[in-house]
Amino acid sequence: MCRLAAITSNEYISPMEPIMALETMKEGHDGSGLGLTLKNLGGAFEKLKKYPIMSGICSMAGKKMLDDFMKKEGFTLKHEWKPKLKQVKGIVPHDYYFARAYDYPAAFRNKSHQEKEDLLMNTRLSLRKIGEPGEALFVFSFYPDVLTLKEVGDPLQVADFFGLDDDRLKAKIILAQGRQNTNYAIYLYACHPFFIQGFCSMTNGENTAFVPIREFLSSRGFPGYMGYNSDSEVFTHILHYAVRQLHLPLPYYKDIITPLKSTEIDMRTDREALRLMKQSLRSLCIDGPNVIIGFTPDGTCFMVHDAKKLRPGVVGGIKGRYALMSEECGVDSAVPKRDRSKDLFPMKYDMVIVSPQAEEVKVWNQQQGQY
Amino acid sequence: MEPAAGSILDHNHHLSLREFPYIIRWRDDRCKRCGRCTAVCPVKAIAPSVKVQRIVRSEGPLPAPTAVRATTHVVEQVTDIERYCTGCGACSLVCPNEAIEPELNPQNKFLHYKNKGGDAYKRGGRRNDPSVSTLDRLKFTRISMLTDPALDAGRHEFRIRSLLGRILPPEEMPLTLDNGVLGIDKKSGKFVPPVREIFPIMIGSMSIGALSPPMWEGLAMGISYLNEVEGLPVVMASGEGGMPPRLLRSKYLKYFIIQIASGYFGWDEIIRALPDMVEDPAAIEIKYGQGAKPGDGGLLMAQKVLKLIAKIRGVPQFVDLASPPTHQTKYSIEEAVAKMIQSMSMAWGFRVPVYPKISGSKTAKAVLNNLARNPFAAGLCIDGEDGGTGAAYNVSMDKMGHPIASNLRECYLDLVKQGKQNELPLIAAGGVGKKGNLAANAAALIMLGASAVAVGKYIMQAAADCFGDEYNRCNLCNTGKCPRGITTQDPKLYRRLDSDKVAERVVEVFKAADVELRKIFAPMGRSTELPIGMSDGLSIDDKAMAERLGISYAC
Ligand code: SF4
Ligand code: SF4
Repeated sequence: MCRLAAITSNEYISPMEPIMALETMKEGHDGSGLGLTLKNLGGAFEKLKKYPIMSGICSMAGKKMLDDFMKKEGFTLKHEWKPKLKQVKGIVPHDYYFARAYDYPAAFRNKSHQEKEDLLMNTRLSLRKIGEPGEALFVFSFYPDVLTLKEVGDPLQVADFFGLDDDRLKAKIILAQGRQNTNYAIYLYACHPFFIQGFCSMTNGENTAFVPIREFLSSRGFPGYMGYNSDSEVFTHILHYAVRQLHLPLPYYKDIITPLKSTEIDMRTDREALRLMKQSLRSLCIDGPNVIIGFTPDGTCFMVHDAKKLRPGVVGGIKGRYALMSEECGVDSAVPKRDRSKDLFPMKYDMVIVSPQAEEVKVWNQQQGQY
Repeated sequence: MEPAAGSILDHNHHLSLREFPYIIRWRDDRCKRCGRCTAVCPVKAIAPSVKVQRIVRSEGPLPAPTAVRATTHVVEQVTDIERYCTGCGACSLVCPNEAIEPELNPQNKFLHYKNKGGDAYKRGGRRNDPSVSTLDRLKFTRISMLTDPALDAGRHEFRIRSLLGRILPPEEMPLTLDNGVLGIDKKSGKFVPPVREIFPIMIGSMSIGALSPPMWEGLAMGISYLNEVEGLPVVMASGEGGMPPRLLRSKYLKYFIIQIASGYFGWDEIIRALPDMVEDPAAIEIKYGQGAKPGDGGLLMAQKVLKLIAKIRGVPQFVDLASPPTHQTKYSIEEAVAKMIQSMSMAWGFRVPVYPKISGSKTAKAVLNNLARNPFAAGLCIDGEDGGTGAAYNVSMDKMGHPIASNLRECYLDLVKQGKQNELPLIAAGGVGKKGNLAANAAALIMLGASAVAVGKYIMQAAADCFGDEYNRCNLCNTGKCPRGITTQDPKLYRRLDSDKVAERVVEVFKAADVELRKIFAPMGRSTELPIGMSDGLSIDDKAMAERLGISYAC
């Protein structure tokens, strides 16, 4: 089973922290891959907050593809971060790893936020399309203040390989996943966390309702709902669909993926809306077993389970620093000095929500429809 | 041909028993000549007869056999094609000594002769094709193992429910947001179509004229019990011909789907009852076609049109009631059908889902696409070739129609392409439970994309012991002589059927199906929503079929 480690903090932290937490959960992952998504970046990127950052991997041929394409589209390179690669046994390096901040094409500089977001996503998708044959180019995210790193291998070794302990890369929110390879061949686009237009999530467990959900999302007419090399990618897209496309408040994500029984809906004050949602969004109901950890564009982090809670998770921490992990030992590693009795083990109806800057943690209860 | 023995006729032009589909095996030594079999036979295929035979007897204390020629009574099968033995087995059922039994004759040439007087063969029942259907070849192969723990059908909470009715796309939900809490925007004027939560297996249309009073009553009682006592929201479609007036005005109406078909029988009474209805019906089904007999209409024979039936249907007694094969006024789906859907919706103030039922057909997709564009269309029921009927031409039943599996799948995938797979529920019928695998067939269809399935013949067999099968057994439903009392209006016959027993069986059947559905869905890791379109769970042992259905091939 994959292991998940997320830390949200009001200070910049090193990606080594969640990776060390993953290390404590080592029994659970087989070291078949590491995925990292960083948000609210520090270091060199701190001053580049308004510029979208493209994260990816490519071959030399892919790099040329990328440069040509971005030039053609009118993006200008502002800054580039490259990991200082170390040779590590067991990791076959790709030619080129990058995180590049670009300035928007002139025509887009004064466009609305939404138009910019769509441009960024479409650019990413175009690059994915031209780069995927022959695996010349992988682009994981293209969005302001977000950086993604993925590679196949044991998390600690991958961190070593990328030289992540060199203090150059820092962020306030970091999601890390240690991969347990099960059904799928290891393919970089199948590695968590998944990201789309400011929304990010990672999951463990299989998704037994994958096919109907994939079909529903792919048929929404939204170009970003594609890929699905992993059955978990749909969790991110459902989040995006609910919050960005349907304008629903975050807790309703829980109502979509694990709808209440009719009798339970009757007890909620928003029952009329819920009844309608349960019907219209029926295809997006998940059946687990999963724990989902993610963040939204404003920096809110959350943890939620499938209705049977077959993959439990835990949230613990102190004001200004919270850890959302698939294992308690991970929380111990990330926030050792905390009151453990206050740790939250979200139950079937709970959604744990940590506000931006790790200000406070709240539990939203689905049965009551409130915090 | 010359007579073989001088002037004695050699029975040329008489049929031999070998031409008949069933041959009666009668055992002289067991028969006590009670006459029950000949009395019960619905078609008089057997008759008592007298014969002179050489009989060897020994009656004293020591064996002293003597041969005598004596006159004895026998039971004989007649060779009149109009009185062919249907293999129903009613004779065996009543025989106290197991002395008589019909035996299937696979070499029969029945269809060569069953057109006397130029009358094409008509019958009831279903397609005579005993081969294994596609539905029965589908296997559930995505079993959750160690990577994703399987659910426990006994421990985890299951919701085996589906939705009947047009569902709004999420983008069109009229929602308001107030302080983080959602509500419904009542001022938006947005039409929110009615939707019912139902058990995904329903009883398909069987009319009250085709069925005997105790059969219909039994089904209706069973359905009401399931809803009221067991909490299983099973619904049942009325078939053409109306509903009992008291039921129309009762609170149980909500468990029934009222059908309107090409004869519009029963609708006078229904419209008259409208102001007194205390509940809305579950839905309205507009029948355009029936899987068992595409292109063939309905016929309720005069002898079945007794007082009650005549009243419910609003017609005189004892006249043949023919429903035309097509709705005479429906010339186009864009206008006439849309109007009919709209008028039916309007009759109940847009509170009742209205959906058409068609026979499985290559043209189903065209119908579907029209419905997809009609915001009042509440779904589509597609009835495949293995469906049943009370009366039809044999050729319509055996040769016309489309198998349900690929038809349904094609329609579902078409909806997926348009992103409307959750908007327009598909109801699949026709051959569900053909070999008794009710839940498995239903689950397979659901995973191919059906929101619900309907069963008719299966329920007649399981709940009322109908003799019919795919070897043309019995299938006398059109004649009014149903030996089980299921499809007859003759009190002498239908008093054989106990409506309480039928109701009891209906309840048992659905409770068992509920358990079996859980047993299928649990190992596949599904419990909260029906796995509609979860095609990765299915496999079939034929590559061409796998490709056609878009599922995997497993062998
Ligand atoms: S099987 Fe049925 S039709 Fe045939 S002889 Fe017996 S009762 Fe008559
Ligand atoms: S038992 Fe009755 S319903 Fe069944 S096939 Fe015979 S006539 Fe038809």
